[in-house]
Amino acid sequence: MVSTSDAKRIVIEPVTRVEGHGKVTILLDEANRVQQARLHIVEFRGFERFIQGRPYWEVPVLVQRLCGICPVSHHLCAAKAVDRLVGGESLTPTAEKMRRLMHYGQFFQSHTLHFFHLCSPDLLFGFDSDPALRNVVGVIQKHPDLAKQAVMMRKFGQEVIKVTAGKKIHGTGAIPGGINKNLSIEERDALLNDMDQMLQWSRGALRIARDYTLQHLEEVRDFGSFESNHLSIVRADGALDIYDGGLRAIDADGNRIFDHVGNQAYLEQIAEEVKSWSYMKFPFIRSLGPEDGWYRVGPLARINTCDFIDTPEADGARKEFMALTEGKPNHITMAYHWARMIETLHAAEKIRDLLNDPDLQGEDLVVKGEKRREAVGIIEAPRGTLFHHYRINENDQVVMANLIVSTTSNNEPMNRAVRKVAEQHISGNAEITEGMLNHVEVAIRAYDPCLSCATHALGRMPLTVELVDHEGKVIDRRAKD
Amino acid sequence: MPEGTADILLIGYGNPGRLDDGLGPAIAARVAELDLADVTVDSDYQLTVEDAAAIAEHEVVIFADADAAGPEPFSFRPVEPQRGDGFSTHSIEPAAVLALARDLFNASTRGYILGIRGYEFNEFGEALSEKARANLHSALDFIEPRLRQRDFEPSAAGGDLHPTRGYATINGEQACATEST
Repeated sequence: MVSTSDAKRIVIEPVTRVEGHGKVTILLDEANRVQQARLHIVEFRGFERFIQGRPYWEVPVLVQRLCGICPVSHHLCAAKAVDRLVGGESLTPTAEKMRRLMHYGQFFQSHTLHFFHLCSPDLLFGFDSDPALRNVVGVIQKHPDLAKQAVMMRKFGQEVIKVTAGKKIHGTGAIPGGINKNLSIEERDALLNDMDQMLQWSRGALRIARDYTLQHLEEVRDFGSFESNHLSIVRADGALDIYDGGLRAIDADGNRIFDHVGNQAYLEQIAEEVKSWSYMKFPFIRSLGPEDGWYRVGPLARINTCDFIDTPEADGARKEFMALTEGKPNHITMAYHWARMIETLHAAEKIRDLLNDPDLQGEDLVVKGEKRREAVGIIEAPRGTLFHHYRINENDQVVMANLIVSTTSNNEPMNRAVRKVAEQHISGNAEITEGMLNHVEVAIRAYDPCLSCATHALGRMPLTVELVDHEGKVIDRRAKD
Repeated sequence: MPEGTADILLIGYGNPGRLDDGLGPAIAARVAELDLADVTVDSDYQLTVEDAAAIAEHEVVIFADADAAGPEPFSFRPVEPQRGDGFSTHSIEPAAVLALARDLFNASTRGYILGIRGYEFNEFGEALSEKARANLHSALDFIEPRLRQRDFEPSAAGGDLHPTRGYATINGEQACATEST
């Protein structure tokens, strides 16, 4: 519960069910009207420095330490950059398909966990429902079958990663120019045994997200929503592709801002702005400038930017999703969940198709070519577009690294969502309740931000929310472990 | 399965790229090298919900983690399943994952937390601090005989638990032995 006084500043700390560390600050005036609402993300810095001087072939392993939440995304993104450093970007079919299998496994487990364990309490019980039940405990009590599904789906995704990447902490599957193993028949068959079940559960999860959105359309249409640009990579034919493709950005009406931009040329299109009040940078599209060039990434952006999905069930779901906005980009923040579950079904379909592909038992694993000194890798992580850019010296040591993580790209959109929800649900109220503040968290959670890249040791807190008065005094803090 | 002969799962978790946060994986690696019978060792960046399924297949689970503020050199205590609303990240707490194992898989796995005190967390780096390394050695010396004997009660293996506080606070081997004998 949040109290108010003459002073008027709200700080929510931590925002629950959000990755890592961060802080929301809501500044009120004397009449409790929201004057300012900001999401501060405590981003650990120094990784680029940490990696300097290390030989390039260590990078795909080292970068996994950047984030304990999505190590596979960093592993594969770095590997794609390092492929170019060794002139091995044209992978063998076995190598590319093994990497794709790893990546779809990561998507499957990440999206599933986020939906069932972090977001479904809000969707199943309502944003204002009893906070004692509006969590995974409530899900277990009311929907034990869903809770168990989530665990088993997550476990399946982790098994896919295990057979493609190796150990959880020291994943070494992707190596410069290829992969270090293929998929054995035994590994394949073990996964195929569960495949039908995973597809069935994915369809069910999609149905929950879809039905929720459609049944609550009036409630969610304007909830933390706003028009924006969207960005992702897409395949050469315009298909959704989370592993490889050119950059595509569209405006709020769906017009192309740029299309099929090669990964190595990303800096010609994307720049980053620094703001005094945030540790995180604010990326923007150069041609539009920092004021108008911010964009969204992640599931909603990917479904908006792609022309189609190359698996039938997910593409059918995409068509229905896009029909809601008559083919124009969908800007509903809460529609991230629906889009995320479309991608979950897509990942399941892809895993099934790959497991039935004999190329995964191929023996040709690595290619090499002419070495380069500089390279960029871009991949779609579960939370959005991920950029890795490296330069090496004549001794093969990294001398420059630049990373743009997906949560950084969503920094401005999340701030806008927080501001809008604060204005909609907090502004002008004499008493600020837990339910009101949960609305702010719901909007942030829709983006599935990874504020992590941090430690999780016992006793550490992930995030705070503060209420601050017009004189700058903190009058309330919220914290849960 | 009679007590004392159960299969044991040790999960060491943390990020070895965050200095002392790597204490969990470090002790998992050391225990794995011991190649103990009936002891399964796992390590990950963090504890996650699917660990509930693996926990449900064992009689005993030990959660080994870095502790940012706990007693030196380490603490060891039983943990009971407890449903929590603190699923604040993709990682969850030991009590909550035990509750998941119980509620979703009907498990009655006994749980213990081995919290090894760490000091440096906020920078990138792969080395444990000197004090954390010493604490790791103490923790390993403590846990190895218990894993071999498959007994984690206060009187086990020299009885260096601290019963009056409800959990084992190990402030050095000599002090512990004095307190518990």
